[in-house]
Amino acid sequence: MKPKHQRLVLVAIALAALVGAGLLAAWGLRNQANFFYVPAQYIAEKPASDRLIRLGGMVEAGSLETLPDGVTVTFTVGDGKARVPVRYTGILPDLFVEGSGVVAEGRRQADGLFLAENLLAKHDENYMPRELEGMDAEAKADTLADTVE
Amino acid sequence: MIAELGLAALWMAAALAALQLVAGAFGVRADSILVDMARPAAIVQALLVMGSFTALLYVFAVTDLSVALVASNSHSAKPFIYKVTGAWGSHEGSMLLWVTVLAMSGALVARFERRLDARSLAGTLAAQGALALGFYAFLLFSSNPFERLATPVPEGLGLNPLLQDIGLAFHPPTLYLGYVGLSVAFSFAVGALLTGRVDRAFADAMRPWVLGAWVFLTLGISAGSYWAYYELGWGGWWFWDPVENASLMPWLAATALLHSVSVLSSRGGLRTWTIMLAVTAFAMSMLGTFLVRSGILTSVHAFAVDPERGAFILVLMVLYTGAALGLFAWRASAIAEGQRFAVVSREGALVVNNVLLSAILAIVLFGTLYPVATEAFGVRVSVGPPYFNPVSAMFFLPLVLVLLVGPLLRWKRDRLDRIAKPAIAAAVVLGAALVGVAMLGGAGLLPALGIALAVALGVASWMPLKGRRLRYVELSVWGMVLAHFGLAVSLFGAAADSGFSKETLAASAIGDIMAIGPYEVELTSITPVAGPNWTATEATMLARRGGASYELHPQSRSFWQPQQQTSESALLGSWNGQLYAVIGEQADGGRWQVRLWWKPFVTLIWLGSILIALGGVLALVGRMGKRRKRDRARARTARQQAELAAL
Repeated sequence: MKPKHQRLVLVAIALAALVGAGLLAAWGLRNQANFFYVPAQYIAEKPASDRLIRLGGMVEAGSLETLPDGVTVTFTVGDGKARVPVRYTGILPDLFVEGSGVVAEGRRQADGLFLAENLLAKHDENYMPRELEGMDAEAKADTLADTVE
Repeated sequence: MIAELGLAALWMAAALAALQLVAGAFGVRADSILVDMARPAAIVQALLVMGSFTALLYVFAVTDLSVALVASNSHSAKPFIYKVTGAWGSHEGSMLLWVTVLAMSGALVARFERRLDARSLAGTLAAQGALALGFYAFLLFSSNPFERLATPVPEGLGLNPLLQDIGLAFHPPTLYLGYVGLSVAFSFAVGALLTGRVDRAFADAMRPWVLGAWVFLTLGISAGSYWAYYELGWGGWWFWDPVENASLMPWLAATALLHSVSVLSSRGGLRTWTIMLAVTAFAMSMLGTFLVRSGILTSVHAFAVDPERGAFILVLMVLYTGAALGLFAWRASAIAEGQRFAVVSREGALVVNNVLLSAILAIVLFGTLYPVATEAFGVRVSVGPPYFNPVSAMFFLPLVLVLLVGPLLRWKRDRLDRIAKPAIAAAVVLGAALVGVAMLGGAGLLPALGIALAVALGVASWMPLKGRRLRYVELSVWGMVLAHFGLAVSLFGAAADSGFSKETLAASAIGDIMAIGPYEVELTSITPVAGPNWTATEATMLARRGGASYELHPQSRSFWQPQQQTSESALLGSWNGQLYAVIGEQADGGRWQVRLWWKPFVTLIWLGSILIALGGVLALVGRMGKRRKRDRARARTARQQAELAAL
């Protein structure tokens, strides 16, 4: 094989591998396309219970409750259109408060309850997950309205 | 006054960078007097910008609150060490640090580079000047670190408490040294493209920079990972967070580059590919900076974010990468053909290594940028571990397989039957390890595969030393062996942790005992403690294991400026793993939330990465030693010839 041909073969192999990686990535991403849900979507689409997903929204005011075991909490996540009950066992992230945004990672249970395995911590008082931007005003007004009543 | 001097030095440095660009660009065409100006310009520029950075360190050290950057990032009550490290904890400061390191490396190239021909060196210096100029423009027009406040404030806003950690204080500079080392490799590539000279001299000149950059990136990434592990209190060490990916991508490109440069240097092959990788690696480090600074992606640890500045970095990135790729398209045909080699050879294995690493890079890149792309169409998604873990493993595990045999192959052409014995031995170890892990049970498929491959690689990585007299083995070979062994160690730690870690969580009253892994942990007391700028609730726990007992002190800290809570985990290490304890909030009935993890062999992840970096250092030292010997031999020959001529 001449060096030139060898170069062509190498380029072909590299291209094939990169295209393969691209296809694999595309396939993986397609399966992931609905990795993130807001409550309205979550209610409408009912993701399968074996899938790890993220649920994002506002923690509704007055919904946070600690169960007798001392480490399990329940709360409601809303987006102004729908609300989802969430249960989480663990230590709450430092800046987790009612009326603020949260992203929970976990699985949907058969009865619709979202069982969170992980609450994505925000590390700064200004941090707002991009997925939740634009939601806040509406949802906040909603959570406030609940508090006033 | 000091701040103004710093700013003035920055302006002068920028002017010198412009001079360096012009002089270098003219120097590519002909050996003109201008080339002689590019070198001193690079050196004086570095001195000026170092002065500027020292000025910034000074205003932070004395907490000069009339400087806007100090006022918004520091506080008089902050411990002195964090006042100093706060100088680069902010956006402006970190960019100044970046360009300082860039100018210093440019000066090193200008002062010490002797292998390259004058024209290629001129092109390299021109490219360095162009890079530096972009960052000076950025600092001077959009992120002036020395800007004064119209009216000084009585007190500063403080530094984000999460950054007040010794690990994190030195984490960004380490990464920057890596990024900037890649910028030098980029400049060498541009210089070589301009002159069309991609030869061994080029590879030898570029190699130490790639090695150095790679060592710092390795250390920086593992420091960041360890920081996330102990400081965030989540018990995890890698989240596929965009900010983590931002540092992983240049590392992947640099790893590929490191291996392709060795082919170029030893055998003169893979020329255009190496150039392409050098451009890609730097593009990835620019992309990383852009992703971290722009806030375009959701990240839990993107600090100092500003979209407008992100746009500036994006423009710089597009400009530099675009220009380099344009140059590549125009000049690639001028690069001479490389050496031929057989498929079964060291080069062949390294090509496979490069292809697999590039594929992983592509996968990480797709996953990181996918949310940005879909957001342009109004769809918000996030991509997480369920995508990254399996998809990248599909390429990473074969990569480890290639690593088992690749280093045993000879350059140019080899026969598979020559390495049959060690290959079969590796396969046997792999099979035995798989069976062993399967018998242990409990682990998923990926962790089991990971452990088996790690054990096989741990053994196979020492094979290149077999049958050689160890005293005479070159340092660079030791470096390779150590780095590959380090990878096995890291892989073992990661797989053991993900497959076998245990976790327990409870609301404990004082005196309660929890069992976790090999330990029994008793919560003995809860006391308030105070630090220089925080107060905390501190738990005392007693961990017992086989008669011995150890104390643990996890804290829940509240900082008062800015007001923020952090968890300080307590770690207890032993030979086979680590106990990790976090204290949470007070539950009712005098109980406290306590979370414990038993993480088998988790520390091997970072120990392995230190070994990997050490391997890089050995290779670097080995190269330099070899070069000095060669230079000395060459000088001796020249002297002898001169003596002969004189006769």
